Amino acid sequence: MFDDLRDLYQEVILDHGRRPRNFRRLENATHHARGDNPLCGDKMDLWLAFDDAGDIADAAFQGRGCAISMASASLMTETVRGKSPAQARQMGEAFRALAMTGHCPHCEAALADDMERLTPLSGVHEFPSRVKCATLAWHTLNNALESSGEEARSE
Amino acid sequence: MMDGISHIPFDVDAIRADFPILATEHRGKPLVFLDSGASAQKPRQVIQAMVSCMESAYANVHRGAYHLSEQATADYEGARAAVAAFINAPSEADIIITASSTMAMNLVAHSFGRGVLKPGQAVVISEMEHHANIVPWQMLRDAHGTELRICRITDAGELDLDHLSELLADGRVGLVAVTHMSNVLGTVTPAARIARMAHEAGARVLFDGSQAAVHRRVDVQAIDADFYAFTGHKLYGPTGIGVLYAKADVQRLMPPFLGGGDMIASVGLHHSTWAEPPQKFEAGTPPIIEATGLHAAIRYVEAIGMSAIEAHERALVDHAMAVLPGIEGLSILGAAHDRGGVFAFALDNAHSHDLSTLLDRAGIAVRAGRHCAEPLHERLGAENGTCRASFGLYTTMAEIDYLAEALTSARRFFA
Repeated sequence: MFDDLRDLYQEVILDHGRRPRNFRRLENATHHARGDNPLCGDKMDLWLAFDDAGDIADAAFQGRGCAISMASASLMTETVRGKSPAQARQMGEAFRALAMTGHCPHCEAALADDMERLTPLSGVHEFPSRVKCATLAWHTLNNALESSGEEARSE
Repeated sequence: MMDGISHIPFDVDAIRADFPILATEHRGKPLVFLDSGASAQKPRQVIQAMVSCMESAYANVHRGAYHLSEQATADYEGARAAVAAFINAPSEADIIITASSTMAMNLVAHSFGRGVLKPGQAVVISEMEHHANIVPWQMLRDAHGTELRICRITDAGELDLDHLSELLADGRVGLVAVTHMSNVLGTVTPAARIARMAHEAGARVLFDGSQAAVHRRVDVQAIDADFYAFTGHKLYGPTGIGVLYAKADVQRLMPPFLGGGDMIASVGLHHSTWAEPPQKFEAGTPPIIEATGLHAAIRYVEAIGMSAIEAHERALVDHAMAVLPGIEGLSILGAAHDRGGVFAFALDNAHSHDLSTLLDRAGIAVRAGRHCAEPLHERLGAENGTCRASFGLYTTMAEIDYLAEALTSARRFFA
């Protein structure tokens, strides 16, 4: 009955949704932010730890939400590891474009491999009410990088 | 039954033919609309009444001394009379036209709350209220110093009347404001008994009838409500119009809500005097076109008969409760003895938003999330939200079977 929804719910998304990676509290974190989507009740905590060079050494999260938001956060924590804050922000921008349009026209070659890992989430662009599920993790990442301590709102 | 309305036998196919939108397709599938509890679809009779008002009978009301305005005024007041008859209000003057039930309850919170209740008095609500019957009382508490008391519900999703009795015991409660039918659980509350308990404790009682008025015959005198709020758009009428029934004696105690035209007797630059109720509570140009739509909607449901609608929905709920619990991993919130055509459910392996995306793909429209009842979801341990199916007079048994089939497939999808 739902075969055509396999574009949205690709196996990698169902897998990361069911068994999110880096789903833990990061004890040595230096940066933290809480993300909240008040419309649907999705919530997440994101922690970051940096190495001596100032790059993201580790990223982990905990929270609750739909398969899309959990998978997006899980994939994000895997892809931002080893990136500088500027690169992570750039990926977030590219990801928002991907989620909203299904394309990533400004994905630079340097990020191409990482962005390819995120493309299974591009299917959300056909579901306007679900785009924010995918982008919540990346909004939260921006806040964590600034460590303002404020809640990110995925709107 | 209202004068001039002849009953038609209940024929769901004929009823469906009255609703143009039910013949449309969405995502390539016939529409299975199970979100009437959020807002119901509109029959041709309502649509045509509103078009006809704008094409041939429209002017502002209560103002013009010309024929068209007099006609529009008569139509608008005719709608008020139809509302009064629909809920068996003693008089048309007890019917205040508002923009929504949310506005109706805010009117009570502002006017009765600030003007009649004293700081230190308490307002009782329940754990299963819609946000529209929670937030105004929190705002009243913060602005006016009233206390807010919360009546518990049982695990079955019924109002805990023993707890209500405890909350009323000290005699400081000025108002009990509770739902007449839960928008999530479908629980119908024992309104007459609640009103009796409130009155014996010296409190007034308000019912949020946004759901109940659609599914049941409401008789405000039989239940002895002081206030009763409902809305047009859930009753197959238009958005932008709601109703507040308020007993005449309590209306007289209440200061105006909004100020402006139509609610005054005379206006000076420094002082004004108020019109008699209900106009006193209806500032500005009222929802004139919407009133003709609501009038048509009431005529429509009265022609079918509220008892026939209730029987149809009872059969739908019975069928749903027989079929759905057999689906592996599906849980239904609440198990109230008396429930109307609304219920919330969850699948063990699917978040409510993922599930609603799947159902949408099957052409089924349900509400997903927490349905403007966040505290209730926390109370029932459903923080991930639920999906809610709500029935209308056009809902069919086949649609429930189709929902069951889709839920079975959805569980396999996420397995």
